[in-house]
Amino acid sequence: MDHLDELENQSIFILREAYKKFKDLAMLWSIGKDSTVLLWLARKAFFSHVPFPLVHIDTSYKIPAMIEYRDHYAKEWGLNLVVGQNKKALDEGMNHEKGRMVCCEALKTQGLSVIMEEKGYTGLILGIRRDEEGTRAKERYFSPRDKNFEWNFKDQPPELWDQFKTTFAEGTHIRIHPLLHWTELNVWEYIHREKIPIIDLYFADENNKRYRSLGCQPCTFPIDSSAKSVPEIIEELKGIGTAERSGRAQDQENTYAMQKLRARGYM
Amino acid sequence: MSDNGNAVALDSKLMRLVIVGHVDHGKSTLVGRLMSDTGSLPTGKIDFVKDICEKQGKVFEFAFLLDALEEEQEQGITIDTSQIFFNTKKRPYVIIDAPGHKEFLKNMVTGAANAEGALLLIDAFEGVQEQSRRHGYILKLLGLTQVAVVINKMDLIDYDPEKYYQIKTEYTEFLKSLGVEARVFLPVSAKLGENIATRSDSMSWYTGPTVLEVLDQFEKKAAKVHLPFRFPIQDVYKFDERRIMAGRVESGNLKVGDKLLFSPSNKTAVVKTIEAWSVSEQPTEAIATESIGFTLTEQLFLERGDVASRVGDEPPITSSTFDANLFWMGKNHLEKGKSYTLKLTTQEVPCEVLEFKKIIDASTLETLSSRDYVVKNDVTELTLRAHRPVVFDQFGTIPETGRFVLVDEYDVCGGGIITTYVPATQRDKLIEEVRHRDFNWVSSNITAEQRAYRNGHRAALILFTGKAGVGKAKLACLLEEKIFQNNFQSYLLDGHNVRLGVGADIDNEEYFSDGEAVRRYGEVAKLFLDAGHVVISTSNIFNQQEHSDIRVLVEPCPVVEILVTSTPPQKQTSDMVLTLEEAANEKETIGKIYDFLKEQKILTGHNYSI
Repeated sequence: MDHLDELENQSIFILREAYKKFKDLAMLWSIGKDSTVLLWLARKAFFSHVPFPLVHIDTSYKIPAMIEYRDHYAKEWGLNLVVGQNKKALDEGMNHEKGRMVCCEALKTQGLSVIMEEKGYTGLILGIRRDEEGTRAKERYFSPRDKNFEWNFKDQPPELWDQFKTTFAEGTHIRIHPLLHWTELNVWEYIHREKIPIIDLYFADENNKRYRSLGCQPCTFPIDSSAKSVPEIIEELKGIGTAERSGRAQDQENTYAMQKLRARGYM
Repeated sequence: MSDNGNAVALDSKLMRLVIVGHVDHGKSTLVGRLMSDTGSLPTGKIDFVKDICEKQGKVFEFAFLLDALEEEQEQGITIDTSQIFFNTKKRPYVIIDAPGHKEFLKNMVTGAANAEGALLLIDAFEGVQEQSRRHGYILKLLGLTQVAVVINKMDLIDYDPEKYYQIKTEYTEFLKSLGVEARVFLPVSAKLGENIATRSDSMSWYTGPTVLEVLDQFEKKAAKVHLPFRFPIQDVYKFDERRIMAGRVESGNLKVGDKLLFSPSNKTAVVKTIEAWSVSEQPTEAIATESIGFTLTEQLFLERGDVASRVGDEPPITSSTFDANLFWMGKNHLEKGKSYTLKLTTQEVPCEVLEFKKIIDASTLETLSSRDYVVKNDVTELTLRAHRPVVFDQFGTIPETGRFVLVDEYDVCGGGIITTYVPATQRDKLIEEVRHRDFNWVSSNITAEQRAYRNGHRAALILFTGKAGVGKAKLACLLEEKIFQNNFQSYLLDGHNVRLGVGADIDNEEYFSDGEAVRRYGEVAKLFLDAGHVVISTSNIFNQQEHSDIRVLVEPCPVVEILVTSTPPQKQTSDMVLTLEEAANEKETIGKIYDFLKEQKILTGHNYSI
């Protein structure tokens, strides 16, 4: 067993716990590399089946290729795709010029909140990782959110010996993070080993630009890179010295931007 | 934060470390220093943090590199466990920075429970403090024995070797009283980077390893492939024509063709295939730590919580009582008589504390003999009793199946390891007897599953309980009739009838002592259940304890207990509670029970395949 097998086994265990413990369970699929790896792991855990819906929060500002990719694989892999959108905010003209944090909160956090309430999900699987940024480093595999969608990071449940928090009060929900212990490099190594089809926005274009992290078109910027294949990305990551989310504008807004966004329910 | 310049071989496995110690003894500073000195920080990260410090009028500290939450920086203490990735030339690490404040013990436990090695920090100036001892104790309880004691802030005591040796002696004594031997002690200054990645000139008297050298000497936990096979069923999948037992191999290994014993039901079956998706060839074996799925050559009723072992290996223990060492993290006290949920592997069973043998203040190791409850952050040696038998091993034999947590209301509040098990109670003897019976049972060619398929229902025992005169007998008769009229096999078995015939050879006194009545009733019920019937019983002759014994005797058949009462109990141990009004409203209530049996997948309908 190598280190990728170890990561895979742990993630499968968590996915199966989530499936057993939550009747109203959904997985968030952002079309990015992490949630696509998560989707792949679900197919491993459930022997090619994906026994819960996949929720995509469409802010309407996503890069168009992402929607194409989403619809293609949703069909090919027989997925139950649920698209959520905060139409009210969009009708009222919400966009990033009103402030990035305001926009993220309205279109992503609220967009998610609306669909969760509509569908009555009590468990939500997400592909966040501890190495992405500081507040995610403090997350749990099973992380409770209160009635207002808020994360109380000062009072988190203990997690030991893979016994997770699976009981919760009425009106609250649990976020499940099966990829928490993976690193960005692990994700790419796994994509390479498993030959997972990944959206080509991650690969360098003719101008030697590629996306390292995907989000909305106005707030996500490609990096300079000549990596055109998965092995080239892996090589590049081993020598790189900048943070993965450095191309994501909302993280850089102010000192504790991500903490504030996440405490209020951001992914 | 994983991004860095040190390329590490693809197959090198991650080492999981935890840093513990008293609040303010420099844990976060050490982590920040390790990241910085191994080149594991993203470009510009130090400047970014320095910039913030300047804006906020603070002096830069390495600790700020990981105290990501605003509150943590304001209070200057770590609140939650943070996990940081870094590499040495040898391998990648994830380092878990655990808070040292007493209030945050559950966060420290979260960090330490997932680690393979630990650094325990002691401030050279302050010396051994409350949490230094408590954390040492908890590491031992968690089974984490790979520990290095780092004596930090040597710069504050002018690198005085005498003071260092004094602390070393004091803490060595403490660890010895726990039965733990620290692998190594080392003097450092995390703030100044001395004896972290490079040796310090200020402490030439110290010739041992640096922190990085100690870390690289830590050994990876080997997968427990040499131990007996244990596989707690996590779930049973039937997404397609395959019926897959899903779960994780906790110890040992499994091969296609192995004959397995399932506890506590004592059923056996042979492994037909090991299933996997998107692999080049289908696996034929699996080893400890793998999350797998397999199919069996025959269809058995198995469910989450059943534990598989290999026939011929030492089987796991099945019992409802055991002794354990436990630490408590709950807001409410741990008390006798209160109901908690025991989570042990994939089993979840209500349980209660039978006896506190010892309650210990973990920071002093002092025994608190005057108390009969355990408060937050303390440790206890106790006896637990589960409401039905659970399957486990002693922690010393197989750690993965010998540890558990207790849930109070919605929260995990305690963690424990099973230390001893003595088959002393009558219940344990009964379990042994049942195991012997099941092993030697002459079985027919028709399996329980085939009978269930034909009958349209599983064999099950429905017990009506409650005081005399509440209307149980009438309900039982009506339920038998209702089930029968729906083309199912039902049979009313009254305890009184068993007494009249099967118990005719002995007098009343003998019949109702030493569990004899329960044993005879349970064995008769077992025969009807083996024939595939839904057995309905009403009986005043058995108490709560005896109902549990009946469950043991008829295992693995489901037992549904329906309590009829005017005063619904505080803690519900029965499956259904009926008020006297409901019991009087027979027609509607029978319908309700009937629906409940369908919900429980006992009445499945004809030609339903499991």
